[in-house]
Amino acid sequence: MTVNQAYKKPKDKGKASKIVFNTLIYTMLAVWALIVLFPFYWMLLSSVKSYAAYSVEYIPKFFTLSPTLKNYADAFTAVPLGRYFGNTVIFTLLTTALMLVVTTLAAYAFARIDFKGKNVVFSLFLALMMIPNELVIITNFVTVTDLNLRNTFAGLILPSVASIFYIYLLKENFEQIPDELYRAAKIDGTTDFGYLMKVMIPVCRPTLITIVILKIIECWNSYVWPRLITDNEAYYLVSNGIQEIRENGFGRENIPAMMAAVVVISLPLIILFLIFRNKIMEGVSRGGTKG
Amino acid sequence: MKHKGLKAFLYLLPAILFLGVFMVYPLVDVIIYSFEEGYNSASQTFFGVGFYNYSYILHDPYFLQALKNTFIIVIITVPVSTLLSLIISLGLSSIKPLRKLFQTIYFLPYVTNTLAVGLVFMILFKKTAYTDGLVNAVIKLFGAQAIDFIDGPYWAKMFVMCFYTVWVVLPFKILILTSALASVKDDYYKAAKLDGTPRFRVFTHITLPMISPMIFYLVITGFIGAFKAYSDEVAIFGTDLNAAGMNTVVGYIYDMLYGDSGGYPSYASAAAVVLFIIVFTITVINLMISRKKVFY
Repeated sequence: MTVNQAYKKPKDKGKASKIVFNTLIYTMLAVWALIVLFPFYWMLLSSVKSYAAYSVEYIPKFFTLSPTLKNYADAFTAVPLGRYFGNTVIFTLLTTALMLVVTTLAAYAFARIDFKGKNVVFSLFLALMMIPNELVIITNFVTVTDLNLRNTFAGLILPSVASIFYIYLLKENFEQIPDELYRAAKIDGTTDFGYLMKVMIPVCRPTLITIVILKIIECWNSYVWPRLITDNEAYYLVSNGIQEIRENGFGRENIPAMMAAVVVISLPLIILFLIFRNKIMEGVSRGGTKG
Repeated sequence: MKHKGLKAFLYLLPAILFLGVFMVYPLVDVIIYSFEEGYNSASQTFFGVGFYNYSYILHDPYFLQALKNTFIIVIITVPVSTLLSLIISLGLSSIKPLRKLFQTIYFLPYVTNTLAVGLVFMILFKKTAYTDGLVNAVIKLFGAQAIDFIDGPYWAKMFVMCFYTVWVVLPFKILILTSALASVKDDYYKAAKLDGTPRFRVFTHITLPMISPMIFYLVITGFIGAFKAYSDEVAIFGTDLNAAGMNTVVGYIYDMLYGDSGGYPSYASAAAVVLFIIVFTITVINLMISRKKVFY
């Protein structure tokens, strides 16, 4: 009897406190979710308000009864948003493709070939990971200027091709492939390069996809280097484009059109995220950094 | 063996070329730049070697302002974002329904273009002739005076800056901490429950020690990231950060390099080296503390 009571009492008390506790937690989580989502809501909302309606709202309204898509039309006609967008797509695709080739070859060498000094070279690679971008960007700016590559895609792309972290990630994955596969392929007369293409790459596809997505996010959001290296609007990427729009675009007052541009710029990555949610979050937690 | 070495070299060649040209060479070069006095980028000449560039930037009011701003951003955002992400992650890991949804929402800022979303923050906080903006409307609701957060007093601007920075960095921290919390073995919690250990004691004696390595990882990367603050500032205050009084060290480096105030790679290099020394020192201190305090 005493045992039963001793068990029952805290349990009942625990139930009530658990409800209070859960309510508190859900409230807190919901508040933060609202803070995260609100800017997105606000940009969508502002982007469908007409300019006339927006300008007379001394106190901004939380909804609109007459949504319009005119701002989106303006965003593509009044400023060259389409071109910024196209530039960013080209930049992102080329950088990612080149990065993939360089990364795969290097990761293969580290994972599969036993050469003298491998550990030393690999350690040197890892040491370079600690070098902050800010330190090397100055000389890169001078180099690219000297090579007359300012305002070209080559100048934009080349410095961001090599990513040591991705080499590291892929090398680790390549090393997990059992040696037996390699020996079997050798007996079949497959060349090393053939083995890389036909076995290693297909086996490690999940890691490769993660790398590609992380690189796409990085490219789409890159701002500092493109800003340094382009002053011709024909080569602006979206980040620079949105700054240009802010300063000289629609006229400072036309916030709705500006917000339409912001929505257009943000949308591709949000869609990518919603499709590859798990891959992205897993990839980032394995070693992405931001902040 | 020799054959293998050549082959490995060929596979590594593209990576070595790219890293050599755009990382190793610049690293050496930036240090040389920083000591070349009176460097002229048009004629590529200089007339001396010494510490003048360092002394110049350390006496430049713009640099000192940038240094002050950067330190304030670091001191405020690193503890706030770490603590906030810890609270949110603890909340997340103690619920089941809706958890995935919350996690997805919280991660959104990570995949957005900070330059673009910064504009939304600017509009929410900005006060203009024809509207006070949403935040000010709320402030007025509570009977206080409207403040211009974008062109107004220093601390109002700093508040927006830190708020936006926390908003941007939190997704990464929440993600790391929720996976750290998920990896704490259930056995420990079960044992604690059997002993009837109070919730708070479970937190301080089990949860916190188990995730302490990850917290320190976040503190270290947080320091490094916050010291490099720049794009978020541009997103809110525009490209002329000196005029807004909100420049950061990285912003100062780029201003010296390029733009209306640019053309001084030597000053930029000296500032970059100073930044690197600060970040390096703080990282070493962090590592030393973590070695003493962190439970592995």
